[in-house]
Amino acid sequence: MLRFILYIGFIFLFINCKGEQTVALDATNVFEGRGVEIPVYDFESFKPLLRINDGKIRIINFWATWCRPCVAELPYFELINSRYSRDKVEVILVSLDLPSQVESKLIPFIKKQKIASKIVLLDDPDANSWIPKVSSNWSGSIPATIIYKGGNSNFYERSFTYNELEKELKKML
Amino acid sequence: MKTLKILVAVAFVIAISAFAIDKVSSNKTTKGYLIGDVAVDFKLKNIDDSVVSLADYSDAKGFIIIFTCNHCPYSVAYEDRIIALNTLYKEKGYPVVAINPNNSKDYPEDSFENMKIRAKNKGFTFPYLFDDGQHIYPQYGATKTPHVYVLQKTEKGNIVRYIGAIDNNYKNVSAVTKKYVEDAVNALLNGEKILIETTKAIGCSIKV
Repeated sequence: MLRFILYIGFIFLFINCKGEQTVALDATNVFEGRGVEIPVYDFESFKPLLRINDGKIRIINFWATWCRPCVAELPYFELINSRYSRDKVEVILVSLDLPSQVESKLIPFIKKQKIASKIVLLDDPDANSWIPKVSSNWSGSIPATIIYKGGNSNFYERSFTYNELEKELKKML
Repeated sequence: MKTLKILVAVAFVIAISAFAIDKVSSNKTTKGYLIGDVAVDFKLKNIDDSVVSLADYSDAKGFIIIFTCNHCPYSVAYEDRIIALNTLYKEKGYPVVAINPNNSKDYPEDSFENMKIRAKNKGFTFPYLFDDGQHIYPQYGATKTPHVYVLQKTEKGNIVRYIGAIDNNYKNVSAVTKKYVEDAVNALLNGEKILIETTKAIGCSIKV
């Protein structure tokens, strides 16, 4: 049974090695079920995740369970997540699944595929207002990926193989 | 189902980096139409087995071309609104022409046979065409479903006047505050300038 926690200030902390910078994200909602916890953000609360400056590389992948090319490339993101040190690289999978399908599709998918990367749900239906803030080059199709470190950021509206993804990652290392 | 209300009263120092994302690059060149371009006509198979071209519509003032499909939840969420657009604008000279750009090998749900079934079940009142061979959508530059192109018929051809989303809330019709396609078509009908000519939306990638 899914516990649906409403209106809580669910806070994620991203602390760098020196502990000097802290980014707090206020989730608008949290889906919790079958041992999986998925914070839900609107774009305003999600935005700081694209600007963390703690020396770590972040790979932000926009996907959804209904998007076949997204699902096809997820194992490569998982592999990056497991192969690289948590201190250096963090993979964040941003699901654009419909909130009404989190319980029926997203959580079962995460369980079945044993996804280990961090997963958040971006639920902000007014996409025209926020897509350009992610990247002016993004038409809105997924998969789409950002790889960034501090102020250095690359955006990709495409699918990846493992080697292609690692090659892009290594540009930041 | 349990509902918890937790108040979090912790003072946080939010030290988000002052560094904005100052370098954004993309390895994908945007192709397809821009506002003002002449859109190509086509001859595509309709769900009633006829072949449809824009040239067939001698009385039309323009078209609401919508790349959409069966399998995509965003397309499904918009089906009733697409029917409503056709009801509203067909008689006024801007009929809806829907095109499924997907490859049925990758998406069996989007096969021509399944298009017929979906159109019948939903009672589509507009042509639902199959971009067999996937030649048309790349010329328009459609990247996802649903993806709308409002065309205005002129002596030079069908000019692209609006590209983007149907409205600003895929999830909830009653929460829509901007009806982009309606605003664009109304402006064309009234001979006014279209205020919002392009919008972006999340959609299901069209796969080659």
